[in-house]
Amino acid sequence: MAINAKTLSETELFYGHKACAGCGGSLAVRIALKVLGENAVAVLPAGCMSAVGFNFPQLCFGNNAIISTFAGTASMLTGVEAGLRAQGITDFHAVGFAGDGGTADIGLQALSGAIDRNDDILYICYDNEAYMNTGIQKSSLTPFGARTTTTPAGKNIRGNLRPKKNLFEIVAAHGIPYAATASVGYLNDFMRKVEKAKNIRGTKYIHVLAPCPTGWGVKTDETVEIAKEVVDCGLWYLAEYENGEFTLNQRPKEFSDVSAYLRRQSRFKHLTDADIEIITKSRDEKWEFIKKNFK
Amino acid sequence: MKPFLRDFVPTSYKDIPDATAYEAGYLVTKNAGWRNIRPVIDNTKCVGCLNCYLYCPDGVIFREGSKVNIDYDFCKGCGICSKICKPGAIKMEAEK
Amino acid sequence: MSKKFLSGNEAFAYGVRLARPQVISAYPITPQTIVVEKLSEFVEDGSLNAEFIHVESEHSALSCAIGASSVGARAFTATSSQGLLYMAECLPYAAGGRFPIVMMNANRSTALPWNIYGDQRDSISQLDSGWIQAYAGNAQEALDLALMSFYIAEHSEVSTPFMANLDGFVLTHTYEVVDVPTQEQADTFLPKYETENKLDLQNPRNLAFSAGPDTNTFFKYKEHLGILNASKIIEKAEERFAEIFGRRYSGLTESYQTDDAEFILITLGSISGLVREAVDKLRAEGKRAGLLRLRYLRPFPNEEIANAVKDAKALAVLEKDVSFGNEGTVYTNVNSALQKAGITLPTSNYIGGLGGKNISFEEIINIFDELEKQQSKVKFLGIGGEANGY
Repeated sequence: MAINAKTLSETELFYGHKACAGCGGSLAVRIALKVLGENAVAVLPAGCMSAVGFNFPQLCFGNNAIISTFAGTASMLTGVEAGLRAQGITDFHAVGFAGDGGTADIGLQALSGAIDRNDDILYICYDNEAYMNTGIQKSSLTPFGARTTTTPAGKNIRGNLRPKKNLFEIVAAHGIPYAATASVGYLNDFMRKVEKAKNIRGTKYIHVLAPCPTGWGVKTDETVEIAKEVVDCGLWYLAEYENGEFTLNQRPKEFSDVSAYLRRQSRFKHLTDADIEIITKSRDEKWEFIKKNFK
Repeated sequence: MKPFLRDFVPTSYKDIPDATAYEAGYLVTKNAGWRNIRPVIDNTKCVGCLNCYLYCPDGVIFREGSKVNIDYDFCKGCGICSKICKPGAIKMEAEK
Repeated sequence: MSKKFLSGNEAFAYGVRLARPQVISAYPITPQTIVVEKLSEFVEDGSLNAEFIHVESEHSALSCAIGASSVGARAFTATSSQGLLYMAECLPYAAGGRFPIVMMNANRSTALPWNIYGDQRDSISQLDSGWIQAYAGNAQEALDLALMSFYIAEHSEVSTPFMANLDGFVLTHTYEVVDVPTQEQADTFLPKYETENKLDLQNPRNLAFSAGPDTNTFFKYKEHLGILNASKIIEKAEERFAEIFGRRYSGLTESYQTDDAEFILITLGSISGLVREAVDKLRAEGKRAGLLRLRYLRPFPNEEIANAVKDAKALAVLEKDVSFGNEGTVYTNVNSALQKAGITLPTSNYIGGLGGKNISFEEIINIFDELEKQQSKVKFLGIGGEANGY
């Protein structure tokens, strides 16, 4: 039976945390843990979710959980998995939850190493598109044009000049057993992917877009809506990589308006029509590639 | 089952553990004070779709029979539940 | 027990195998490589049942070992020099988390200039990271230390990671005849690692958490007590070791002819072998020379040093490191030990062996000569001329 709100475990494993109201990252962590269950052994690097969940004596994970160094999510996961296996323990799921900076920047080397070894771990990147925990600084997953505190939007430079790094395909290029993209706007899709990853041996990677109302400049009740809209307008996509093949899970018949998606967020408020044209063009090019290369 | 509030708060030297390791899911403070507005469920309109429960970032909406209820100790009042509720069964009301 | 002709690295690997680590994560760096190559061979030939993780960096090597230790597995890693510095973030992490990981460090110079040879600037730069630091004098001690390090680190009163240092090349690559204990003996010596400081499916925990200003000092004080406790647990381990293996070690320090010595040279690592010969020569000439070898820098042997030197006329510290802008770090620590014990004694500091530079027998004799004359405070060996020394 497909996993959905009705079939999902009612156990809450991430609870009482101090994440901002409407936090997309905490939603991703909460849902993934509900799918994985109480035998999930979670590793979280320095970042939002560890900062909000592990303030002794307020400890918000109901399952086994540990903070790693910022760069060490994947390598600590490897150690956790190997250490348990070496003791003959097999009924667990080693899962990592790292943000975009912790994954695509400082943690990329360790992640690549773990995939190379094909360690039996699930690595979930909750991507809120900047270093939010430290106060909204640019990461390599910050999209083109976004204003952050280190890519200010002024007269000379209008926010981040570089496009978002394509981490999903970088991970896939390792020949990983399973990789997927997801969005907290489409939780049924995300849950299905976590459930699938749970039953695959070897390294699994899920890249879930998780809006940050604080950093994106939207209202706290708009997190889910905007996480749907980014998919609907084609700036993010729901896909999987398995057995050497890419599969697109949701093919919008018609994209919703890119500029509407951008302009409702204060991080993109400064963009000119020409900037939005650049973003739309790069979206179209990406979809040409997807149509050509994804099933 | 979920992390829950405890009476005992380890704060003194003799009460803290020897290492940075402690019982999982040990809560000592609520989040209720964060709210300006609170979600209020109108059970006559609730159709039990559970979208509010599913999409709550804090997991404070829990199933109760065929409907849902809210743990106000930990609700931060983000309003996602209200927005996602198609029948309009959840209204955000000002905290008094 | 069997006799084998082994290098320091190999001897250490044999010691690690006897300790039955469950997870080994390591990244190659000269002059550490042989220890991990040897352990890989042991895993391959089935004589060691461990998960050998080929990590992509030293940072991951220690991060992985922390992960393994956090689930209660016995974990080992090894590194050297730049590798130690690259994993530096994980050092206080392991210590603060009270994860009793054992690491062998092949002491090597740190860049710049690049240099692969031995000095102790790498490990001594990490003295404050919260790890126990031991310095082996020879290959036999390296093997024995490997086995004892797990006992000491994992002891419930210690719960502190252990860095066993071997002088690069001079010890790691030099062959000696070494007694290799049997597995049965080793199993008698080393109990299984038991801890509550772990992620546990039966008893879920949150680990490696944040502790704010109110409780942070408590955790750090407990960490401090743990490494201080190592002093007595080291004695206990050595006592137990002597009973089972018949070889006896002397705790945090090793004294040679210090009882009636007027002039004492304090040093650490493999150079102590040559100092011992120098002491013998001077003794034959009727000079009351002595050697105090520091086997451990953390916990620091404050009392042992004070006791050994209290009746001496002067002492010198010979070390392969310098804290730039000050003096040798061991020297600073030794002076602190004297001051705390109320001992006033002329002391001087000789910094030598940097980047693997040979320290000659004559230079050591000369240190004792200068001690009698009390010529200088801090001096670099191997630099001639009047300008050297301040």
